[in-house]
Amino acid sequence: MIAHSIFFYTFSIIAIVSAIMVTASKNTVHSVFFLILDFISISCLFIMIGAEFLGMIMLIVYVGAVAVLFLFVVMMLNVAQQKNQWFSSEESSKHIPVGLIISTLIFVELIIVVGGWKYKPDLFDINNSIEINNVSNTHSLGQVLYTDYIHIFQISGMILLVAMIGAIVLTFRKRVGVKTQSYIKQISRERSDGVSVVKVESNKGVRIDD
Amino acid sequence: MTEIGLGHYLTLGAIIFSIGIIGIFLNRKNIIVILMSIELILLAVNINLVSFSIFLGDLTGQVFTLFILTVAAAEAAIGLAIIVVYYRNSGTIRVEHIDELKG
Repeated sequence: MIAHSIFFYTFSIIAIVSAIMVTASKNTVHSVFFLILDFISISCLFIMIGAEFLGMIMLIVYVGAVAVLFLFVVMMLNVAQQKNQWFSSEESSKHIPVGLIISTLIFVELIIVVGGWKYKPDLFDINNSIEINNVSNTHSLGQVLYTDYIHIFQISGMILLVAMIGAIVLTFRKRVGVKTQSYIKQISRERSDGVSVVKVESNKGVRIDD
Repeated sequence: MTEIGLGHYLTLGAIIFSIGIIGIFLNRKNIIVILMSIELILLAVNINLVSFSIFLGDLTGQVFTLFILTVAAAEAAIGLAIIVVYYRNSGTIRVEHIDELKG
């Protein structure tokens, strides 16, 4: 049990410090790197707590796809070197006390909720735990996901499809002056457009006009 | 202190959620950091759902964490596409310079 708590405190301290560094670091590329570190430590926590599948999926989806997407955009837009201090202008530093107050209030409320959770066993019992069987986390998740939640699963697939189409449509632009391949023109080409049979008379030749 | 329970994980989720909120309010750099703060908030929600799911023995929390993951990935893709288009049109994504809606 002592090892469990040591690992928990290590990963959670790394996660909290890197989450602070995401918002506080001046370079945006460093922010993305700290975001990756945050995701990795949280997925280590997930694996430690017993949700192995979600930990691995977090690694694949967040670190492998989302963070790399952030990194691409940051490096593509040339905003990495926009060095400026936090309190840059007067009208923007007016938001800062409001933001601090609101986030502190939210944190206090969440901690109150956690404290109230302590008395939950007095309110109603929590004996609905799934029976201990020798089925792995991934197996049991798949058993639930593809039977009870199949419609939501399909809808989330549709969400991903719509997001993909939307991202492509948003960033697509037609460039002028670039020779491109028009496949509609290619497949709608008829024989009569390309080939013509002429009768060649002798000693006259054929006039080719193109 | 050595017994790690549900409260520890919920506190971690609360701390990361609050850091995300602070990041949205305090950020003066560019919009990409705001998107990263939104990712932090979704991560905190995921921590809460997974820890409840483990400690209560109900698998539904992990299933919904999967769906939140899906929606977060879609949202990041769309948001970054919008940022790229905005940068292409106006040349900046500084937060205080994006005021065309006069909000």
